[in-house]
Formats: sequence, structure tokens, C-alpha cells
Amino acid sequence: MFIINCPYCGERDQTEFSCGGEAHIERPKQPTELSDDQWAEYLFMRKNIKGIQFERWNHAHGCRKWFNMVRDTSNDKIQAVYKMGEKPPVK
Amino acid sequence: MSKNLRINKNNFIDQTTRISFKFNGQKLFGYKGDTLASALLANNIHLVGRSFKYHRPRGIMTCGSEEPNAIVQIGNDASLTDPNVRATEIELYEGLDASSQNCWPSVNFDIGGINNFLSPFLPAGFYYKTFMWPAGFWEKYEYFIRHSAGLGKAPTRSDPDIYDHQYSHCDVLVVGGGISGIMSAKLSAEKGLDTILIDDKSFLGGSTIYQENESYKINNINSNKWLANEIESLKNYSNLVIKNRTSLAAFHGYNYLLARENLTDHLSINERKGKVRQRLWKIRAKKVIIASGSIERPLIFSNNDRPGIILSSSIKKYIDYYGVKTGENISLFTNNDSAYETGISLYKSGVKVNVIVDIRKNSDSLIVKEALELGLKVLWGSTVVDTQGYKRIKSFEVMKLSDDGNNVVGDRSKYNCDCLGISGGWTPMVHLFTQSGGKLKFRNEDNVFIPDENKTPSNQISVGSCNGEFKLNEIVINTIENLKSFLSLSNTCYDGIKIICPNEKSKRNIWLLPSDKPIGKTKPFLDFQNDSTAKDVKLALREGFKSIEHVKRYTTTGMGTDQGKLSNMHALGIIADTTGTNMGELGTTTFRPPYTPLTFGAIVGRNVGEFFDQTRKTAIHNWHVKNNAEFENVGQWKRPWYFPKDGENMHQAVQRESKAARDSAGILDASTLGKIDIQGTDASEFLNRVYTNAWSKLEIGRCRYGLMLNEDGMVYDDGVTTRLGENHYIMTTTTGGAANVLSKLEDYLQTEWPELDVYLTTVTDQYSTISICGPNSKNIITKIVPGLDLSDNNFPHMSFKNTKISNVNCRIMRISFTGEHSYEINIQSNYAEDVWIKCMEAGKEFNLTPYGTETMHLLRAEKGFIITGQDTDGTLTPSDLQMDWIIGKKKFDFIGKRSLYRSDTIREDRKQLVGLLTEDPKEVLEEGAQLVENINEKPIEMLGHVTSSYFSPNLNKSIALAVVKSGKKLKGKKLIVPMENKNINVIITDTVFYDKENKRLNA
Repeated sequence: MFIINCPYCGERDQTEFSCGGEAHIERPKQPTELSDDQWAEYLFMRKNIKGIQFERWNHAHGCRKWFNMVRDTSNDKIQAVYKMGEKPPVK
Repeated sequence: MSKNLRINKNNFIDQTTRISFKFNGQKLFGYKGDTLASALLANNIHLVGRSFKYHRPRGIMTCGSEEPNAIVQIGNDASLTDPNVRATEIELYEGLDASSQNCWPSVNFDIGGINNFLSPFLPAGFYYKTFMWPAGFWEKYEYFIRHSAGLGKAPTRSDPDIYDHQYSHCDVLVVGGGISGIMSAKLSAEKGLDTILIDDKSFLGGSTIYQENESYKINNINSNKWLANEIESLKNYSNLVIKNRTSLAAFHGYNYLLARENLTDHLSINERKGKVRQRLWKIRAKKVIIASGSIERPLIFSNNDRPGIILSSSIKKYIDYYGVKTGENISLFTNNDSAYETGISLYKSGVKVNVIVDIRKNSDSLIVKEALELGLKVLWGSTVVDTQGYKRIKSFEVMKLSDDGNNVVGDRSKYNCDCLGISGGWTPMVHLFTQSGGKLKFRNEDNVFIPDENKTPSNQISVGSCNGEFKLNEIVINTIENLKSFLSLSNTCYDGIKIICPNEKSKRNIWLLPSDKPIGKTKPFLDFQNDSTAKDVKLALREGFKSIEHVKRYTTTGMGTDQGKLSNMHALGIIADTTGTNMGELGTTTFRPPYTPLTFGAIVGRNVGEFFDQTRKTAIHNWHVKNNAEFENVGQWKRPWYFPKDGENMHQAVQRESKAARDSAGILDASTLGKIDIQGTDASEFLNRVYTNAWSKLEIGRCRYGLMLNEDGMVYDDGVTTRLGENHYIMTTTTGGAANVLSKLEDYLQTEWPELDVYLTTVTDQYSTISICGPNSKNIITKIVPGLDLSDNNFPHMSFKNTKISNVNCRIMRISFTGEHSYEINIQSNYAEDVWIKCMEAGKEFNLTPYGTETMHLLRAEKGFIITGQDTDGTLTPSDLQMDWIIGKKKFDFIGKRSLYRSDTIREDRKQLVGLLTEDPKEVLEEGAQLVENINEKPIEMLGHVTSSYFSPNLNKSIALAVVKSGKKLKGKKLIVPMENKNINVIITDTVFYDKENKRLNA
């Protein structure tokens, strides 16, 4: 069970948060111009890697803010948390 | 048979307090401080149970949580009985009533024992191989297999005991109260850190505390006396909490640990009343020190499972700690020095030690020398090849080992005994370390898996024998040195400590000891609880299983309630030997929590009964209760389902309510619908993006129905949204979807459209909603709000008015979910019950009838209105629901729009919502029933299913909604609903059954 450093509230127990899947998948600005395949790529395709993964998290039972997290899925180490719209601090 | 095997020396058992208990109905005595196992052994009882598969007689093998055999049923009360309790762990209390498991009619004569003689026919995978054919017979076999499987009996009534959960935060958690744990706790407390020390026993000190041997000295006093002083000194630290009888169950990431504290299991039944039985600690520790110790390994030879065969270290604990002789003619069998310490303890207590069989060629360690000087007889370079005695070992046979240890040579010689101690070396308890994510490495010198210091998660350390340190000086010195860096200590109270101990520890490891018989004729048990033998493991390998995880499951090795603590290592060793693999490369099976079994009570704590989940009640709930409402759970809400009158059943009540609502007036508590207050200069644009239809042109004061999709184009939620002001809306959602809709909207606002100036606030609980419908609804509202102009001109359908009821501000919306002329009063929740009562009084002359969710469902189904979640299931688009009219085709974008013309969503043969009428108008379909066209052609194609079905009192016939493949095109088509004992003919219709022209809205 992680301890997550919410960028707005500080360290809190994982039970206060919910995970929203892979981060940095931007909703297309012009969906109508996309082919079925391109839209499907946005809609369905998600990475599930062993190693450094970028994720969206929501402090659901706290400030209700969404933010991003860099997590190593092989050992669950959280390498960074950062606000929405900010660039990831690690590659 | 009954004999007293207690000796009179020791400091640990209170021999002045006698405790009576029962085992298999026989009344026996023990002393305070005994475990059930030590008390049974003191009464010369070894046979305590039967094994799982072969029903072989089994006895007490160990003295701790690793016990595979001595598991018993405690008590026989239907709600309090406890199965699978380890006799080696349960403390004796007055009135303890234990009985053997897995045997019938009794442990001494067990019918299932026939399996032992059938064992050549019950190899690994026997069940998989035998019961797979003929196909379809599994159900017949299963009955018998289920009845012969299983260990103890589960209680049949609910558990009356109280269980607790508690959170705890500390700087340092020390797991294990042996010598390294005690030292760790003291060093941590000395440094001023908030420290918790837990140990699963009733006493601290591990195995050192009863090590009464002059060869072990710390600072010139015997190590046990030194440790006793250290334990005493822990009382001086107010920042140290010590928890006995507390077993660590799980070690999760980020130093989150679960521990189960036993609070009353050692008390007599009378002393337990009103007390919490067990407490589950949820501990978040900044640092964790694992000092979980090690357990002794058995040796693997034929018939190594007879009652009376006990781990050598356990024999030592029974004699030194409990003062109990495990026999009167004991021999020992070993591959290392530990058994000699047992031999010396037994000798000093006056117990006859016949021989020590040692597979090593010799040893010149101090302990061995001491034993030889006492006159103990050692058979070097020898192995036990077989044992005799059905319910208790009587004798064993020894042969010489060949030089390479692969074979036996010479003749068998037989020795009589009533107890055989076995010692195969030590296994560090690395369960917790690996649970936390640590990786192991294999140490070839003594064949142990130990924590890899380079692959240890941060903020934890393993000390003592769980870290592979077995000599006293190693344990003490390394614990101090490692903790200095781990806890950043400069100097400690242990600096300059002096240790004297035997320093040589040689071992000769042979995983499967050779025999003069072929392996097929021997029974070398590996997993004593699940009855898997070395033979089974070898068979699995021959049959092609390679992964240790597969071998484990195929042979069930390590899958009992003891999780193979005792002999998983031997299984791995035999696999490595047979396949020629290095054990380090082979690795171990995964150690999963809990370390020892947890009770369900401890897991659920107080979250039972009414505390299982939160219950939400509307502000009008008390009135519903007073008026005999039956309630339905909708999410966490309690909603009135129907209001039975004068002994009505549900059907009668719903028919009456439905009729009254259309004939005159009905009233519904709709407070549970989700309400989201939306404000901001971009509120209209926001609604344009989240709903399928257009919102910008909605006038202030008007309401609109909206459909919300997921990005995949499937219908997600629906509800009416009202424009309160230029930049102010109030949205309603379904009852069950309220929280998820709010999260979803927040998600889009924060992450995709941060440029929008919109603020969302949930107001579901702040406002209550009272819905009044029917031709007389207007008359009732006129009575309650006399000044309000209710004309269609001033207050048309789909609009709202701000007004007052008895000086309380409220909003009245003219919206309808029944198709009737109706009003929804929204009012602050604390006034809701009063207003409801006012409505009831005003409606008396119009037979205003309260109705519940069932009538609401029926009325909307008459109108063909969907309920998301009932008529939809996340696979239907608006077009599938025949709601194409609600899609704003001119809109640039909204959530899910692009998905509405994917190749899959434009298929014409998708399942689509239709109405159904039954040929026989009295026949009501079952919701969920399948629809087919042709029942003669097999396989029968399933075309769809019924989603809603009712008997309509207003139409006097059965109506239903269904989803059907290509349903839109099939109007008028006859289909069949096949039921268990009949086929029901139905016809596809329009989804609207009642008032197709919507005349009643303005009636």
C-alpha cells in the first residue's frame, strides 16, 4: 500500500486515491478528422509495462484533484508526482 | 498409555496452577504456560490426527507455527468452534475442548486409513487423471470427493466474538522477540525512536531464553540469563510498546504491515466475556526490523511421518521450556550439530538418549565433544532407512552411507525407540522479506535462501537467523553492526560486548536420503499435511512439469494450512538434484500473505451487520417507515420500494399505486437522484461537451433532458438539467451514477478542458426532491403554493419556478418521468419531511398516493422511458436505444461523438431497444429472459433479452422492453421466449405503450 505525495495535500495513504490509468494521452482536438484506427488508438490502446510508467491519479477522498505520477511498476517505487499540465520531471 | 512425562525443573511453567482440558472427550491435566501440544505430550499422547490424503496417523512434529500435523478442532459450539488450530500454538486454558480432525469414526480407528494401503494407486495428480473421464461425470464424482476432502469443520452459525481493527504509526517496528529482536528493540528505544516489538508467543526470548548451557556466554553470564536481564530492561522505555501473542500476517510495500493480536484465546471461556477476541493492527512503520528467526528442517527418509518423530529442536524446547519428556527412549537423527544440543539437554534431564545417527563422517565441534564426553553414542556416516510403528514409532533401521552419500551399504541394524528427533539444519524465515518485495540469494555452503542485501527494499533490514546468521556471536555482533548504520547510531549500550559460543557448525546436506529399496517402495514424506512424497515430486518431473510453481500445484506440496514452512526447501532440493539445476537458479515458490492463517473475524473486524456498508437515508425516510414502506437498496440508498396497505402483496400494492398515479395523483420521494450544481462562465459550453444534445440556446428557467455517453459512444447516464441563471445550472443524475458522474466531469474539467471556467459542486444531500404526478397534481400544487400561476403559458412543461412553501425557498420543476402532468419540488432537506406531509394533507381529497421505485419503473416503462443500468448495460448507443433525436449532429464534438460512427457502432444488426407484447396479455415475462426466433434449429440463436417487464394496470396487459438484434427493423415480428417449462410467444412493438401522443403531459 503506497504512500502518495499529493502535490496539493502532501503525503497520504493510498486508500485516499484512485488510479486513472496511463497519463499523457491527450484527447484529440479534432476527433472527426480521425480514421477509425486513429480513434481506436486513442480510445483503447494502453501500455502496461514493467518498469517506469506514467499514470494519472486522483485524490478522490481528499482534495479531488487529478495529478500525474511516475511509478516503477517492477518495485512500486514512486519516482515523482506532478500537477496536470506540467512536464514529467523524469524521462 | 496415560503417563506423566513432566519433569520438575524449570522456570517457565507454573506447576502450581493445574488446568483441566479435554482431548477427544478424555479429561486431562496440564499447567499454566503449556500449549495444548506440550500438555498432550506430558500425558504421553502423540497421535493427534490423520493425514489429509492417506489418513496416516500423525503426531506433534514441532513446537510452533510451522506445525503441519497437530491441527485440531477447538470446541463444538455451532458458532464458536474453531477448525485447523495448531496444537503447538494454542495456549492451554481451563475448559479447552479439542478434538482430532480428518478422521472417522475416531483418530484411533479411522475408516479413511484404507487410503494408506491404496496409496500406490493415489499418485500425484490422481484426481486430475482419474476424474476427467468419462466427460460430464465430474459432477457425480465431485459429491464424494467433497465429502472426503477438507480438514476441520467450519462453524455453522455466525461468530458472536468481537474483532477490532486499529491503525498504528511508529518509527521502528521490530518483528520477532528472539535475541536479535530484543537487542534491536532496545537499540531503537535507546535512540528515542517510537518502537513496537511484536512476537507471536506468550513470552519473549525466542529459543535463547531456555538455552541453559555453559558453552554460551554473553558478558560472562549464560546467554539465557543475559537475555532475561535485557528483556527486563525493556520495561524502562516508555517509547517502546511490546505486543505478545501478535503474529505478523503481511508485509506490504511502503512498510505497511498487518499483524493479528490474540487477546482472549488463552483465557478461560468465562474470562473472555465482553472482550475483543482479536485485533488486526494496520501498522505503517518508518523502518522495519525483521527478526523472524529460523525453523529447523526435517530429514527426508522412508516413513519419516510417524507419531513420535519430532524435530530435534522441538524436543529440546519441550524438555527445557515446558519440562516435558517427548519419550523415554529417544534417539536422534541429524546432519548437523543442533541435535547434539538436544541430546545434552535430554541427558541432563535424565532422559535416555539411545543413539545419535549422524550422516556426517565426523565433527570436532565443542558441542559434539561435550556430548561424546557425556557418553552419548554416535553412529557416524549413517542414515535411517525406515521406521516401524503404526500409531507411534517403535523402532527405526540404520544403514551406513556410501562415501559420496548417494547409496547405502552393509546391513540394516534396528534400534528401538519411542521418539526420534530429526534435524536437517535450519531454514531462515524469509517470508516477510519476500512479501515486501525483497529478493533472495542462495548460499551454497549451508543450502539456505537468505535476503540479498542488494535487493532489499529501502527502510527495512533482516537481522539474526532470518538473515542466515546461526551462531550466537554472529547474531549478536552483526545485529549491533547492521543496526548502527540502519538506525544511524554512533555508539550503543552493547559496545564491547563479549561472547563465548561453540564456533564450528558443519553440515552435510542430502535432500533425499538414500535407501536400500527403490524409491517406489518407500514413503519419504515431504509435505506432511498434504501427504506429498519425494516420489510424487519425481513423478511430476518425469511427467514434464518443469516450473516449481507447477510442480507445487500438481503435487500440492506446500499448499496446506502450514504453506509448506517445514519442507518446501526439500522439495526444491529434490527438484534441483533430479534436474541437475542449481538451487539459486531454480528459485523458490512465491511467499504470499498471510504468514499464518487469519480468522475471517480478524479480517472483517467491526465491518459486519449494519456496519458492513454505509446506509444513506433520505430526509423523508422516517415518514416512509411510519407508513409501512418496503425498502429497496439502490447503491447505498434505502429507497421506498412500495407502500403495502391492508395486507397487500407487492404486486397488489404496485398495481394500486400505478393506477392511482394516472387516475388522480401519486407522490414519490426522488431525493436520491444525484444533483450537481454547475456554475461558471463556460457552464453552457461545458454541458455542450458532456451531453449529446445542444445546450447553448436553453433559456433561463427551462429544463432539458440530456444523455451522457462514454468516450466509446455507449450510454452512461441521463437526467434533466435546469438552467437557473446565465452561468448557473443544476444537473440531475441517476441515483447509482451520481458519484461516478461527478468524478467523470471533474476529470474532464481538470485534465482535458482546464481552460473552461466551470465549478462543480455536489448538492445531492442538500436538496430533497418530492415528485407529484397525475391529472390532479396541478390542484395539489395550487393548494400548497396558492400564489403561483400554474397556467401552461406561465409555467409550461420543462420549466421551473422559484417560489416559497411556508416561507421556505424552493424550486418547483415541471418535469415528468411518468408521462403525466407533474411537478418536482426541490427544497432544503431539513424542511423536506414537513413539506411532504403538507403535500399529503393537500392531496387527501385527491387520493394522493405515495408510490415507490417499483411503481416508478412501471409507469416509465408504459411510456418507454429507459432506466440507464437496467435497459442499458454499457453496450448500447443512443441509436441502439432508438434515441437518435437526442444526438446533436451539428455539434462539433461531445464526449463519445466520434465513436458513434465507428464501423462497429454503425452496424445495423446491433442489439436495439424494442417493446414486447405477449400473445397472452396476462403472461408477464421474466426480466433477463432470452429471445429466440426458431427453437427447432440447433444451435438456437439468441437474439436478445428482456430488460424490463411489468403488468400494466393502466393498459390491463403485460408489457416489456427488450434489446434485440436488428430490433428496429423487426416491428411486428413474432419471437419466442423459451422458459423452463413453456415457450412464450411475443411480438415486437414500439417502445411507447401508453399515451403515444404525450397528451397527458399538459392534461
